[in-house]
Amino acid sequence: MSSHQATSGNGLNAEQLRNSLASIAASNGIRRWDLGAACSTDISVQVDRGEPKQMKGAQRSSITVRVWNDAGLVGVTSTSDLSDTGLERALTGAKEASAFGNADDIPAFSPLATAPLASLDQPIHQPQGILRLLDTLKGAEQELLASHDAIATIPYNGLAERSSERIYLNSDGACRQQQLSTASLYLYARAEEAGRKPRSAGAVRLAYGAGDLDVAGCIHEAAERTISHLNYAPIETGRYTCVFSPEAFLDLIGAFSGLFNARAVLDGVSLSNRDSIGETLAVPFLDIHDNGLHPGNIGASAFDGEGTPTKRLALLEGGVLRNFLHSEATARAFGVSPTGHAGMGAKVSVGPDWFEIGTTPGSDGGQAGLNRFKASEPIVWIDSLSALHAGVKASQGSFSLPFDGWLIQNGEPRSIEAATVAGDIRQVLKAIVGFEGDAKVTPDGLCPMVWVEGLSITGEA
Amino acid sequence: MIAAAPPTTGVLDSHWSPALEDLLASGRAAGADLVEVFLERTDHLGVLAEQDTITSVTPAFGMGAGIRVFLGKRDGFVSTNDLSPAGLRRALEQALGMLGLATSANGRSSFDGLPALRDFAASKGDWLQRCPQIQEATARLLEGTDQLQRQGSHLQARRGSYARDWQEVLVAASDGTFGRDIRLHQSVGLNVLAADGEHRAGVGRRYGTSDQPDDLRRWDATASAAEVCGSAGTMLYADYVEAGQMPAVLANRFGGVIFHEACGHLLETTQVERGTTPFAERVGESIAHEAVTAIDEGLTGGAFGSLSMDDEGMEAQRTVLIQNGVLQRFISDRAGELRTGHARTGSGRRQSHTFAAASRMRNTYIDAGPHTPEQLIASVDKGLYCKSMGGGSVGPTGQFNFAVEEGYLIENGQLTKPVKGATLIGEAKEVMPRISMCANDLELAAGFCGSVSGSIFVTVGQPHIKVDSITVGGR
Repeated sequence: MSSHQATSGNGLNAEQLRNSLASIAASNGIRRWDLGAACSTDISVQVDRGEPKQMKGAQRSSITVRVWNDAGLVGVTSTSDLSDTGLERALTGAKEASAFGNADDIPAFSPLATAPLASLDQPIHQPQGILRLLDTLKGAEQELLASHDAIATIPYNGLAERSSERIYLNSDGACRQQQLSTASLYLYARAEEAGRKPRSAGAVRLAYGAGDLDVAGCIHEAAERTISHLNYAPIETGRYTCVFSPEAFLDLIGAFSGLFNARAVLDGVSLSNRDSIGETLAVPFLDIHDNGLHPGNIGASAFDGEGTPTKRLALLEGGVLRNFLHSEATARAFGVSPTGHAGMGAKVSVGPDWFEIGTTPGSDGGQAGLNRFKASEPIVWIDSLSALHAGVKASQGSFSLPFDGWLIQNGEPRSIEAATVAGDIRQVLKAIVGFEGDAKVTPDGLCPMVWVEGLSITGEA
Repeated sequence: MIAAAPPTTGVLDSHWSPALEDLLASGRAAGADLVEVFLERTDHLGVLAEQDTITSVTPAFGMGAGIRVFLGKRDGFVSTNDLSPAGLRRALEQALGMLGLATSANGRSSFDGLPALRDFAASKGDWLQRCPQIQEATARLLEGTDQLQRQGSHLQARRGSYARDWQEVLVAASDGTFGRDIRLHQSVGLNVLAADGEHRAGVGRRYGTSDQPDDLRRWDATASAAEVCGSAGTMLYADYVEAGQMPAVLANRFGGVIFHEACGHLLETTQVERGTTPFAERVGESIAHEAVTAIDEGLTGGAFGSLSMDDEGMEAQRTVLIQNGVLQRFISDRAGELRTGHARTGSGRRQSHTFAAASRMRNTYIDAGPHTPEQLIASVDKGLYCKSMGGGSVGPTGQFNFAVEEGYLIENGQLTKPVKGATLIGEAKEVMPRISMCANDLELAAGFCGSVSGSIFVTVGQPHIKVDSITVGGR
C-alpha cells in the first residue's frame, strides 16, 4: 500500500486527490486530464419471516480518468484503487489508451464545467445503523404478512442506507463535489390461494434518510397491489385502449429515450435524426421535459459526468421535438450548449435524468374527465411492465412486453393472468387519448395516468 | 493484530496466508461459526468499433475484498476496496457487528490455520499477457465491421465490440478452504441496424469463451458477419408475428435461454430459500416431459460458464438437474446448503467482491434427444420457429418471458415466411411438460445472467426442441 490514499475516512478528499493527480500527471508528461470519482458506504438488510436473512455493508470507491495526449487524442481508464499506485496506473493506462483515441470525435472539457450550480435541497442524514434498519424491516414485513391470509412470504425485501460523494476535477481548475445520503425500502409480496396460481406485487420508497421513509405507505401499497391480483383471469387477445400507470409509462419512455439522445442520433441508432428538431412526434397536448433538479428526484445530481450543471430541458412541447440531450461533444456537433446529461468515458455516453410528463400548458390536454372505472368499453390498465431489456427494440421503435395489470369492465377491475402488450413507440405517442388524475412523483419521474388507444394485447385465453 | 498485507496491486497468492489467517482467527474468536474472505483483482479491456473507426478503448482495473461471516443460518457480508490491514479489519468488524459479535483481544479461536493453497491458477499466470493487446484487438474488430459492410445491405449502423475480463481470486474460509484461481473471459459482439424506409431491423450476436487467451485470434469474423447480416437481411422486411397460443420449435444454442429462464432459476437454492420455486418439494418427482434431461455443469472446456473452482473455493462439477423429466437435485452454494439442506454443487458464484456468493447456474442445457430438427418442424401444422432468441427474465411467481429475435412461421410442417416482434411467455410448471421432442444437435452459446449476486458469465444451450403450446405475444 502506498503512503497516500485519496480518501479520508468514508469520504473523498478532493484537494488531496487533485494534488496527487497533478503530481502523477506531471511526472508522466501528462498536461491535460480530467477525473470523475465516486465513493460510497452502504448498509442494507433483508429479512425472512421475522429472521434476518442477509445483512450487508459495502465501502466502494472508483475513479475514471481521461488523458489527452500530445496529438490531442483522448484515452480513459477506470480503477477502484485510489492509492497513489492505483492513480498512477490509471493515468498511465489512459495515456496508453489515448493512442487509440478517435480523431473524428474528440471530447473536450465542458465550457460549463465551472459554471454556477443550482442549489439542491438534499439534507444529509446520519445513518441509523443496521440494527435499527433490521427492526424497521422486521416490523414492515410482519405488518405486510398480516395484511391478508394469502400473503405468506415477502420474498424480495430490503431496507438500505447510503452515504455517497462524487467529484469532478480537471486540469483547467474545475472542481465539483457533491455529497448525498439516501435510503430505500422495497417490499415485494407473494400471495397464493389453494388451487390458484401464486401472485405477486410490490412497492418502493426512497428518501434522504431512513427515518424519512414512508414505511406505512410502502406496506399499504404492496399489500393493496398484491391483493388486487389475487382474483385473476385470462384476457382475450385483441386490441384495447390501455391506461398506463405513471411508472409503466415512464418505463416505456425511458426505454425509448434514444429518441431524444444526441449521441444515438450521431451514431445512427436513434429513431430521430439530425433534422428532427421541430418535428411533431406526439399528440399536440403532450409535454416531456427532463428535469434532474426536480425536488422529487431523490438522488439528484447537480452536475453530470463532465461537470456540466444539471438543468430542466424541454424535449417535447406540444408534441413537437424541441431539444436533444447532449454531452459536450454532441453539443459541439450540433452547435448548441451541453445540457448536463453526459457520462464519462472515451466515448461519452448521454442519458436522461428524470422525466416530467404531462399536459402542454394552454392545450386541451386530450379528452377531458377520463376515468378508468367509468369507461364504456373494456380497457386494460397496465400497472407495471417487465423485461424491458429483452422486449424493447429501441432502434426500431417496437416493443412486446409482459405486464401486470387489470381488465376493467363495467367499472370493475379484474387482474389479468398473463399477457403482453406490443406496439411501436411512434404510434403510441400519437395514439395518446389524454391523461387521468394528477401527475405522480415516482423514482423515474413525474407522470399522470396515460390513456393510449389501439394497443395489441396478447393473453392466454 | 493483523499481519502486514502484501501490496494490493501484487499477485494474490499464499503470501496472503498470515493476513488471512489473522482475519479468520479473529472472526472465529469473536464467535462466528464460519468466516470467509474473498479477494479479487480484475483487469478489463473494452474496445468498441463503429462503422470503420475505433470509438472507444476502455481499460479498467479493480480490486477488493468481500468478507462474509456466518452465525447459525444468518450471515453478514461486507465488501471493501481497501485491502490494507486496517481496511480488512474494519470490514471484518462490521460484518461481525451485524450478527451482534465483536472481536476481542482475549478471544480464543479454534481456527487451526489455513492448509496449503490449492492453486488452480498455477498454469494460468501468463494468460493475460497471451491475450491480444489493444492494437491487435482493434485490428480484429475493424476486420469485423469491414466484413459487415461487405456482406450486409441497407446497413445504417455497424458495430463491433470486444471485452476481455481477467480476474484473479483468492478464497479463504475458516473451514479450511484456501484456493486461488484466474478466470479469463473474452467475447466479441457484432451488431447492425438495417434500415430501408419504414423497415428497420436491429440484429446482434455475441461470441464468447473462457480460459482461451487466443480466442480473439481464432474468431472467424467472416462467418460471424455472415450470420449477423443474413439475419438482418431476412428480418428487415419481416411482418410482425400474429399473437396467440401455438406450438413452437426453438433452435439450438441460444434457444437454451428458455430452460435457463423457465426452469433453471427455479432450481437454485436461493429460490428455495425465498419460497419462490414451485419445485421445492419435488425432488424425485416428474416436473417435465420424459423427453427432457437437463444439466448444469462447469466443466465444458472453453464454455463461458466453466470454472475451475467456484467463488467459495469449491471445484466445479456436473449436476444432473432433471433426468427424463424427473427432478434430481438443486444448484446449491454454501448458504443454500446451510439453509435448505441441499448439498453444495460448486455453484457459489458472484459478479465481484461487492456481492456475496449465491447459487447460480454455470453451463446449463437440455441434453440431446433422438430426433432430427427436421422431424420437429415436420410435426407442426401451424406454429412458430424461433431461430434466434433475445434475452429474457423470470419473476417471483415463476412466470418467464423472452424475446424472439429471428422467427419464422411453420405451416404444414415447413418453414415459411419470417416474422418479428414475438415474445414468448409462460410458467415453468406448465411449459416444462410441453417440451415433447428434443433433437440430436445440442450446442451451447455464451451469455450473461443477472440475479442476486450480480451479472455473471454463463452458457445456455439445447438441441432443437419442440414446445407443444406456448403463448406468443406480438401484434
